[in-house]
Amino acid sequence: MKRMIALLLGCWVLAAGAVIETYEFSSPELEARYHALSQELRCPKCQNQNIADSNAPIAQDLRKQLYQQLESGATDAEILDYMVARYGEFVRYRPEMGGATLILWLAPVLLLAVGIVVALAVLRSRRDADSRALTEEEQRKLQEMLEREQDA
Amino acid sequence: MAPRLKLFLPLILFAVLALFLFRGLSLDPRAMPSALIDKPFPVFSLPALESGETLDRSLLLGKVSLVNIWATWCISCRVEHPYLNQLTEAGIHIVGVNYKDDDAAAQRWLADLGNPYSVNIVDADGNLGLDLGVYGAPETYFVDAEGVIRYRHVGVIDERVWRSKLAAIYAEIGGELPPALAEAGP
Repeated sequence: MKRMIALLLGCWVLAAGAVIETYEFSSPELEARYHALSQELRCPKCQNQNIADSNAPIAQDLRKQLYQQLESGATDAEILDYMVARYGEFVRYRPEMGGATLILWLAPVLLLAVGIVVALAVLRSRRDADSRALTEEEQRKLQEMLEREQDA
Repeated sequence: MAPRLKLFLPLILFAVLALFLFRGLSLDPRAMPSALIDKPFPVFSLPALESGETLDRSLLLGKVSLVNIWATWCISCRVEHPYLNQLTEAGIHIVGVNYKDDDAAAQRWLADLGNPYSVNIVDADGNLGLDLGVYGAPETYFVDAEGVIRYRHVGVIDERVWRSKLAAIYAEIGGELPPALAEAGP
């Protein structure tokens, strides 16, 4: 059991060591922005990872670039513009609203609206069906059925 | 809506969904449009691999060029190399960007496999690659005579993709297509 735990811990250390090179920041505020931005930027090569998680060479380059720009005093907006100018809106997990990305932003709201309309329609028709009284004809048929049941 | 038609609604929804999913099967999720299409080739000032002299973007002006990003650590680059040799032999102007590579290894590679490049830009730190939005070698940028990027091809260039797609793009941006490299006939 102990060996098992040691092995598992070993794996964890390897995984953690594989990705991240360390940078010395001149202020904790810069470091916080570095972490926030590296979570938000998407790795162009390994498309379902952000550049903080990926150890692809391109993600390393982008982290280095991010670090250098932060240290030289660039704002978040300037850094994002720099990345988008080279890799397109694709590189941001939260792309700018407008143009081709408009559907990304609006689709969830639209789908939710469609869902609500459908749900309301279903509920209403179900309630109508529940509350509708039987016609005389139906009443008579029902009576017949019940009697037949009793006879049997 | 007629009640009869309502019954078909799930089927219609399914058909539409299936259509989209089927379309998705033939799309490449890795294909990413370049952000630099129709933008001027980035400004750079980097040494040439062969002579060490400083190169800048003026070397891309005046004729249509292919700018090929390659490195000796890139296995697909070795696959595409013979076809680049053929393109150059037929008269296409290819500029190389030796991307994040070792100069000595790169020179050995060119001596061994032939040199299809009119000149090679040494991009040891990958800064030109970053400005171009490169995310993996090999990539090839089609640059027109004004030095504007018109198309990017990601991955290996071989005869099939050249004849089926790239030859037409090369001609469209003003490149003179040598007869040997024209598109496949009907």
